[in-house]
Amino acid sequence: MSAYCELFNLTKVYPSPKGPAVIVKDFNLRLAEGEFVTLIGHSGCGKSTVLSMVAGLNGITDGGIILAGRELAGPGPDRGVVFQSPSLLPWLTAFENVMLGINQVFFTAQPHEREQIAEYYLSVVGLADAMHKRPAELSQGMRQRVGIARAFALKPKMLLLDEPFGMLDSLTRYELQAVLLELWRKNRITTLMVTHDVDEALYLSDRVVCMTDGPEAEVGDIIEVKFPRPRDRKAVMEHPDYYPLRERLIEFLEIHAHRRRPPTA
Amino acid sequence: MSNSTLPTILTAQPAETGKPAAGTPAAAPLPPPAGRTTRDWSRLVKLDWLLLPAVGLAAVVVMWFILSATLSKDLPNPTRTWESSKPYVVEPFSYRGELDQGILRFTWLSLVLVAKGYVIALALGTPLGFLLGLSKMMTKMLDPIIQILRPVSPLAWLPLGMVLFLGAGKQASELAALFTIAICAMWPTVLNTAVGVRAIPQDYLNVAKVLKLSRWKTLTKVMIPATLPYMFTGFRLSLGIAWLVIVAAEMLTGRPGIGGFLWQQYNALVYEQIILCILTIGIVGFILDRLMSVVERRFKTA
Repeated sequence: MSAYCELFNLTKVYPSPKGPAVIVKDFNLRLAEGEFVTLIGHSGCGKSTVLSMVAGLNGITDGGIILAGRELAGPGPDRGVVFQSPSLLPWLTAFENVMLGINQVFFTAQPHEREQIAEYYLSVVGLADAMHKRPAELSQGMRQRVGIARAFALKPKMLLLDEPFGMLDSLTRYELQAVLLELWRKNRITTLMVTHDVDEALYLSDRVVCMTDGPEAEVGDIIEVKFPRPRDRKAVMEHPDYYPLRERLIEFLEIHAHRRRPPTA
Repeated sequence: MSNSTLPTILTAQPAETGKPAAGTPAAAPLPPPAGRTTRDWSRLVKLDWLLLPAVGLAAVVVMWFILSATLSKDLPNPTRTWESSKPYVVEPFSYRGELDQGILRFTWLSLVLVAKGYVIALALGTPLGFLLGLSKMMTKMLDPIIQILRPVSPLAWLPLGMVLFLGAGKQASELAALFTIAICAMWPTVLNTAVGVRAIPQDYLNVAKVLKLSRWKTLTKVMIPATLPYMFTGFRLSLGIAWLVIVAAEMLTGRPGIGGFLWQQYNALVYEQIILCILTIGIVGFILDRLMSVVERRFKTA
């Protein structure tokens, strides 16, 4: 497998009053171009730390990240990020929020071309009628749709999703998972998603990477998810492999929930 | 984004006049016995926005009458005050001489001076607030000085202003007044802006980082809009103080205006107009505050 994005020996150490706290240690992962990979693990295991290091929002202590042949240094619009909270600027409309990034990335394009890009992506996520509303007038789910549109509209090399549906009720979550999958099917952007929802991981990803509990979190197990695409939720759930895979994931999470390492001397 | 996070700023300035203390006894005759039917009471409640202030006002006027008849014989009573003030109120824009003008004409002169000083205060205070909010080093460096300068009375600043602009000749008094207004009024703007900058959610800054916005764009597209509600709280408080300072500034410089008029009438032993001036200053201050809070609320919803 040729790696489009490679995380090698990624390590994060925070200084703390009791000495350095190693959150993530020697984390290695390779993503193929156009692959959808999910990081799963318990809250606080360090999966979000890994993601924010890839996003460039969190400093890397050791190791590195290579994306499309280049080592990453700091944040940039070549990686579209969807945060857990939609992170829209409340004084801008949905359209303006998307335009903020587009103006930054496609600054050579004509103004009307840029507007078309924003309108296109907002329509695809189902906000054609609400794109000129401010975030306060939108529901939580609609705000997250804007967040997704904003990330895709920049045509990033990579998409980083940090529990993007974590704050939504399950109906809205299902809707948005479908929206995401549809956009991803059309654009095939290499994606790294963090979640602790087993069903979400199985429905969306090509591979699920299980992270061991921190401190010193690392890759525990990697599960290939080979359901045919385009995927349909019902078909996925009725697939004979679904429950064995689900079982395996849950078992992994349970074992690591009860595993507590003795403090290293 | 409420004022409740900024108690020191709100309480640090003597923003209220003595009115409320005199008004409190008025509440005594109103509460009905608990046994009375609630329906009568609820009908009254609908009018209480008009009724209660009217009762309070009446009580103050009565106290004023009593006070002028008993304890302080030199204090003009309300009727005398009104009769003597009538020419200033009925012809509010008349001009009979530099220090004998209609009350609104004086008010206008004062407002112009306040506006100039206020603009200077905002022009200095907002960037300074941003600087303090952005840089911990700046905060450590400047915060002690600010905390020491903030409680200094305008009466103390004005002489320094006079000295500063001694060389300015005819304009010295105006410049000194502007200096005093600006330096007294800018602190709420400085401190609220700094608090607002520190309170910008990390999410917004992450958006700016991910999009790699330039420093200038991060400032104009993210940081300033995010700080606006705090800034306007500061602007409102600053305006209140600027108006408070005007009287002191005009008294000591002898400039024509509402405060200058007050001081001149005191020296001329015409006490009636002192009360007229106090009321005018209070009403104008109240209106300014209301206007600013309308603007402030607009930015809060944004």
